[in-house]
Amino acid sequence: MTSSVLKSTIDEKTVDQIEGLTPEKRGAARVWHSIGSFVQKKPLGAIGAVVLFAFIGTALLAPQVATHDPDLNNYRERVKPPSAEHWFGTDNFGRDIYSRVIYGARISMSVGIFATLLGTSIGAAAGLFSGFVGGRTDQFMQRVADVMFTIPGLVLAMAIVTMLGPSMFNVILAIAMPRIPDTNRVIRSAVLSVKESLYVDAAHAVGCANWRIMLQHILPNVLAPYIVIASAGLSGAILVESSLSFLGLGVPPPAPSWGRMLSTEGMRFFETATWMAIFPGIFISAAVFGANLFGDALRDVLDPKLRGR
Amino acid sequence: MQTYILRRILLMIPTLLGAVTLIFLIMRLLPGDVALYILGSDESSEMNREALQRIRSELGLDQPLIVQYGEWVWKALRFDFGNSYWTRQPVIEELGRRYPMTASLAFLSLLLGTLIAIPIGVLSAIRQDTFIDYGARIFSIAGLSIPSFWLAILIILGLVHYFRWLPPLDYAPFWVDPWLNFKQLVFPALVTGYRLSAIGARMTRSSVLEVLREDYVRTARAKGARELVVVLKHALKNALLPVITIIGIELLVLFGGLIVVETVFTIPGIGRFLVDAITHRDYPSIQALVFVFAAFVLVINLLVDIVYAILDPRIRYA
Repeated sequence: MTSSVLKSTIDEKTVDQIEGLTPEKRGAARVWHSIGSFVQKKPLGAIGAVVLFAFIGTALLAPQVATHDPDLNNYRERVKPPSAEHWFGTDNFGRDIYSRVIYGARISMSVGIFATLLGTSIGAAAGLFSGFVGGRTDQFMQRVADVMFTIPGLVLAMAIVTMLGPSMFNVILAIAMPRIPDTNRVIRSAVLSVKESLYVDAAHAVGCANWRIMLQHILPNVLAPYIVIASAGLSGAILVESSLSFLGLGVPPPAPSWGRMLSTEGMRFFETATWMAIFPGIFISAAVFGANLFGDALRDVLDPKLRGR
Repeated sequence: MQTYILRRILLMIPTLLGAVTLIFLIMRLLPGDVALYILGSDESSEMNREALQRIRSELGLDQPLIVQYGEWVWKALRFDFGNSYWTRQPVIEELGRRYPMTASLAFLSLLLGTLIAIPIGVLSAIRQDTFIDYGARIFSIAGLSIPSFWLAILIILGLVHYFRWLPPLDYAPFWVDPWLNFKQLVFPALVTGYRLSAIGARMTRSSVLEVLREDYVRTARAKGARELVVVLKHALKNALLPVITIIGIELLVLFGGLIVVETVFTIPGIGRFLVDAITHRDYPSIQALVFVFAAFVLVINLLVDIVYAILDPRIRYA
């Protein structure tokens, strides 16, 4: 930890000038340096990243972090307020809410991350292709995106889950779908400007194949907007997952999804058992809050138009 | 300007047709058999094959796909969405009954959201990097992070606890009793409006910050205009353009919020209709609702562009 702090204070040129470093160590030092400067320039973003990684860690280590079996019904312990035994109380089936909320991180994080990756990857591939090829193909693909834009994300996701039936994979698919058109737009416009660069002309001139120009010369240069839109999409994906679960269209029970824990079935208990309503909501908000802070900071760092503001 | 609007309206037709096709494809090509669901059976056994056949022909599901598609598009374009599988009533009548509630809720959310967003955004910009600014930014990020349904639940719990207030069983339409309608919808509208105001405040802040650096603001200050006049008359007026665009885009997000909030507050609007239609696998209603949502989105996008053109004299459409 101390070494990372030390390295982050060295500026990038100095990293290159230090002698006796192997190329690998130099690379590592550069990574530490950029993390260090991110923390310095964007403390809020760093907090967001810490929150986000804490949730991912919780999801991975759920069996170790939880105190009870999240799905174990215990009728003698129904609707009990928070206590030393049940930190967040129990629900109407006597299940330990703390353990359910911890396991719930698995659903939220995996659905959120995989749906974002899936949707933005398809969208980016479409945008890359559409922007590079241009002409009629481009026109056609953008009209398809127009159509997808007209259906609100939650509505589209609801329709898809209804048809495919609720399951983890289908929920991921349904949440990924609305991400496609907006990623497509952003990447396409980035491709259009990169396409005019001298180095792309040069690649054409030396006879590079089109696919190679697309993948080796254009793709790396539209990675920044891709990271920005993907990280911005994560918070949205977590929110949509919780809304779908709330409406009964998420990952099916007894999986402890945060949204489902707040669904209308529990409503009649909430009035007397407020803890049932409070803890899952805090977890959703905290996860989305972390993702938002991190996404905003990444955007500020990576978007050249916003630099220095 | 007129030709621009006309062209935009004409361009809406293919997009809407595309949306209609997309819904049809989702509803018909993805696996899932309506007839089985209506019969309340999970498997098609020898016994109920006849019953299944009858339901399919009753719903026209035994026709070739292309015929079903043609019929659905042709009828949808004349606002005939068929009868609900659930209530057996024409879907269009149900829509007519429910849309005023959603429209007044959406309007109130937009109004409250904008009224909160602009002052907070402006204050945050003119007091940049002070505690007012930090407070306003936390307000915004929280608004983007707290799920609407949870906020709605918390508000109901709070109102029940402190004021013994319950969501009304019967909501009054706006033109019957505007004041009652306002009182009943103000809390749901605050929930959906909060999200809008969070987005609006962020946009207002960055937009005002940008405009405050412009030459004409410096000129206004140099000629001795009061700071209040500089901010409100010179800066805010020009800073509002991107705010309008973003609020227009965010109306899409508002729909998601409306669905959820109508469910929590049991408001008989079209958002709740969609949830009911989905739980009952009421396909004609689902298709009709998605159609209405899509049409609405297109109209709002058009309105945003028109307002934009009116407000910014630099934009001229040939």
